[in-house]
Amino acid sequence: MRPHPDDIGPEPHAPLPPLPGHSSRGRLERVLRRGEFAVTAELNPPDSGDAEDVYERAHIFEGWVDGINATDGSGAHCHMSSVAICALLTRIGYSPVMQISCRDYNRIAIQGNVLGAAALGVCNVLALTGDGVQCGDHPEAKPVFDLDSTSLLHTLRTMRDEQRFLSGRKLSSAPQLFLGAAENPFAPPFDFRPLRLAKKIAAGAQFCQTQYCFDVPRFRQFMARVRDLGLHEKCFILVGVGPLASARTAKWMRANVAGVHIPDPVIARLEGAADQKREGKRLCIDIIQEVREIPGVAGIHVMAYRQEEYVSEIVHESGVLRGRTPWRRDFQPRLEAVESLGSG
Amino acid sequence: MLTPAAFEPAGRRPPMVGSWRPRLFAVRHAAAAERFYAGFERVLLALAPLARRVGYDRAEGTVALVERAVKGPLFDCRMCGQCVLSSTGMSCPMNCPKALRNGPCGGVRQDGTCEVYPDMPCVWVQAWEGSRRMADGDRIAEAQPPVDHRLKGTSSWLRVMRAKRPEPAPEGARKGAATG
Repeated sequence: MRPHPDDIGPEPHAPLPPLPGHSSRGRLERVLRRGEFAVTAELNPPDSGDAEDVYERAHIFEGWVDGINATDGSGAHCHMSSVAICALLTRIGYSPVMQISCRDYNRIAIQGNVLGAAALGVCNVLALTGDGVQCGDHPEAKPVFDLDSTSLLHTLRTMRDEQRFLSGRKLSSAPQLFLGAAENPFAPPFDFRPLRLAKKIAAGAQFCQTQYCFDVPRFRQFMARVRDLGLHEKCFILVGVGPLASARTAKWMRANVAGVHIPDPVIARLEGAADQKREGKRLCIDIIQEVREIPGVAGIHVMAYRQEEYVSEIVHESGVLRGRTPWRRDFQPRLEAVESLGSG
Repeated sequence: MLTPAAFEPAGRRPPMVGSWRPRLFAVRHAAAAERFYAGFERVLLALAPLARRVGYDRAEGTVALVERAVKGPLFDCRMCGQCVLSSTGMSCPMNCPKALRNGPCGGVRQDGTCEVYPDMPCVWVQAWEGSRRMADGDRIAEAQPPVDHRLKGTSSWLRVMRAKRPEPAPEGARKGAATG
């Protein structure tokens, strides 16, 4: 099935023609507002200064996802910047999600970067606190944390809706952005998590991408509270999922990656499998099929670190797109074709 | 082993193992602390005329010194100058190595300890528990604006007094207003 006509603009690299009631001119917001089950994926940024490395990594997602998150120094490791990756991705026509981590910039740098990103065609921003510097490759660095993720969202919304900086100084043109937040329903204090999401929504969050979900019962509890608070009606919730390569990787992640919770039965299931990699993929698909049925879930966010080549397979086998095909380059009407129509 | 780097709001070194015990005591007794603070605010406001006579700016040094001496041991206060203890379950958010003032990060460990300092109970897990003990604990849901870093080291008590009992406009300005 071809993409919805609203998702294709005249020029692949330019923001789409504006739609009423939409705050951005990006594809992700359109897919979500139409009520489609959205799929986003995480791009592992290269340690290089070569644009080709970015295009190569994005290409494997083409036609399978509605948004590509470019991480911003994830795990406090240094990589190509999120803003640059997103700018490169817009040149082709992909719909990137720029991540901003409060760890690395103060409010002056953040606001400047956001204006630059908007000018380069970036339509989606995800506001993050950021992992502490202690877990990265530069533990001796000075962490910034000038804003927190909630006040960052408030700042971005102020720029967009009030057309001014946090200082009050006017912008001559507001950045048209779709604002996202992260939430980790799997970390304590569990009862506070839905309220924290409510706080972020009040500050401006329109979509939310969660941390990896390996504990579906815990996620159900979180969503029940989210629905009680009516948050799912104000914010599109995308559940974080991903394949585990092996039981060993799972144990390593649980011990070393901040905020990742993997229950023992999950590890036992991998350990018991003859082909652990295959079982990891199967587990990911099973979780997707469980969470997609939970009321209030608007999509999934696939984080397949170093297994990006399996994203298309996981999306296909789980059937979440229901026959829909997200934007691909070959759906873009060719200019020559239009010209020949005109002359003929 | 090197101590991991952390945000140090008051230029203080990262906490030592055990140094947060008094802070946990304050959270455990958040309800009492809340009642005390309500009374204390009335005392502060009663003292406002005195502070106003001395001049808020002139009182700053002395009051900040007393505030640091009192709140330091009790809450591990970092003297951010814009105290939000009553909205954070009496757990000072400036002790969070990420200086988060609106809620916990996603890195909190399963046992409720901090991502950056695995020995330290997460400031926001404590804040949530403290807030549940307080009569007005739902203030934890109020969004806090970003920190004004200019206020670091100044007294929040005087700020409360200034806000609720403002200094009269200087003589000249008042005369100007009257005649103009």
